[in-house]
Amino acid sequence: MAVLIDLVLLSMLAITALRVIFLKDLFAVVMLFGIYSLLSALIFVNLDAVDVAFTEAAVGAGISTVLMLSTLALTGRTEKENKRSSVLPLLVVIATGAALIYGTLDMPPFGAADNPIHQHVAPRYIEESPKEVGLPNLVTSVLASYRGFDTFGETVVVFSAMVGVLSLLGAARRRENSDDAAVIVAGFKGHKVLRVVAKLIIPLIILFALYVQFHGDFGPGGGFQAGVIAAAAFILYALVFSLSHAMQVVSPKFLQLLASLGVLLYASVGIYSMLKGGHFLDYNKLAADPLVGQHFGILIIELGVGIAVFAVMLSIFYAFAHQVERSTIK
Amino acid sequence: MTAVLAAVCIAILVIMALALTRAMKAPTVYDRILGVNMFGTKTVLFIAVVGYLMGRPEFLDIAIVYALINFIGMVAVLRYFEYTAPID
Amino acid sequence: MLVLDIVSSILLMTGIFFGFSGAVGLFRFPDFFTRVHAASITDSIAVILIIAGLLLQTSFDLNTAKLMFILMFLMITSPTASHALAKSARHGGLLTLGESKQQQKQQKEQMQQQEAGQ
Repeated sequence: MAVLIDLVLLSMLAITALRVIFLKDLFAVVMLFGIYSLLSALIFVNLDAVDVAFTEAAVGAGISTVLMLSTLALTGRTEKENKRSSVLPLLVVIATGAALIYGTLDMPPFGAADNPIHQHVAPRYIEESPKEVGLPNLVTSVLASYRGFDTFGETVVVFSAMVGVLSLLGAARRRENSDDAAVIVAGFKGHKVLRVVAKLIIPLIILFALYVQFHGDFGPGGGFQAGVIAAAAFILYALVFSLSHAMQVVSPKFLQLLASLGVLLYASVGIYSMLKGGHFLDYNKLAADPLVGQHFGILIIELGVGIAVFAVMLSIFYAFAHQVERSTIK
Repeated sequence: MTAVLAAVCIAILVIMALALTRAMKAPTVYDRILGVNMFGTKTVLFIAVVGYLMGRPEFLDIAIVYALINFIGMVAVLRYFEYTAPID
Repeated sequence: MLVLDIVSSILLMTGIFFGFSGAVGLFRFPDFFTRVHAASITDSIAVILIIAGLLLQTSFDLNTAKLMFILMFLMITSPTASHALAKSARHGGLLTLGESKQQQKQQKEQMQQQEAGQ
């Protein structure tokens, strides 16, 4: 049954990807990309990789669609006609693809129990983590405790992504001029139903984000996903009620502070455990009982990740939306 | 019961394929959005049903995320049209 | 237990039936606004029936609450999305089948009048 579902999903994925290549209308491409990420998340679900599916759902289908649409609003809807011949690129792609396929011939059979990946650290994580970390969700304990360094690196990458986007697009500033604000507010006035429903929905989304944040130890979820979902709530607010309203709730300056605070919170857990006489990010030293220390450490660093991701996602959206509004007001 | 759930699963997959076809070959741009939206809601149902089929009810969390995110994507699309008038 | 299973199967199957009819309507209906109608059937009644069918499979725990949450959420958002989409399409200048026929007729008459005038 799982194989059948996998086959159907994969073929739909391939068809969508092919269609994306041949479409010239970029808006349609964005729509199909939404479907593409929905499909890949479904494949993750089918492979039982719940946490990955969660991230793909929140980031791929939600935030990236919004960002791609705002890029389209800035650049225009149709793809430029490409006059150059595509023979050389095609040859390069075919050669690379053939090399990659040749490479897979050396790989161990898919899903076999004695694959190297199952021999290396996985058995230790599976056997020891209930004793050493004590969390029901194995993924969280690997991500936040065993691989705490990697996750810290990822958080810093997310942070530097924000720095990159802001230095390219310019940080959004809160608008002081009230005339401009009036123009923007006019945006969604026609959709009264949407405004009412958004008011109902936004608290629910934030509540669910908090659930994901603090339930990550027990079920799928954690800081990354929670941050993205909370940012999505504010993005919905900005989309329905105008950007300047959203900026009055959470100002861009405050978001930049929050993003650094999140990363620093993560790092400070590491420093604190060093002060306590352990290694960097050694949660065992955080409390008298190592298990309690692990629990504290994971809770705090997940919070740091959540805050950082939330702030980064929202300020990237602000930067894009600010550009869009500036270009349309003129 | 498993047989029924499996049948429902496959049926939802077929409905999703139909919605996908509509999203790919759409007469107007709005039909495309309609197809994508329908694909999204069917995805929510699919995840919920697969969760019960595989005995993993924690899949429901992902279904909730989809329900939330799908709506936001939809609003973003409509907002995009406020800025740029759709052609065709 | 058996009765619950049967009822739940019936609910699931009816949901699938409505889902299919909506998906077919997505292709068979003549203009965009009727197609919105078809699609919103799959978003409302099919969702209610399928989730109700799944609800009977739960044993009143956290999953029941989550399913109820999904149901409530979809019940609020999908009609809103359909409504907003139809409204946008209307503002974007899309016509219903009847209207576009009428428009064509008027254009034809105008053409004929112009020809007659010449």
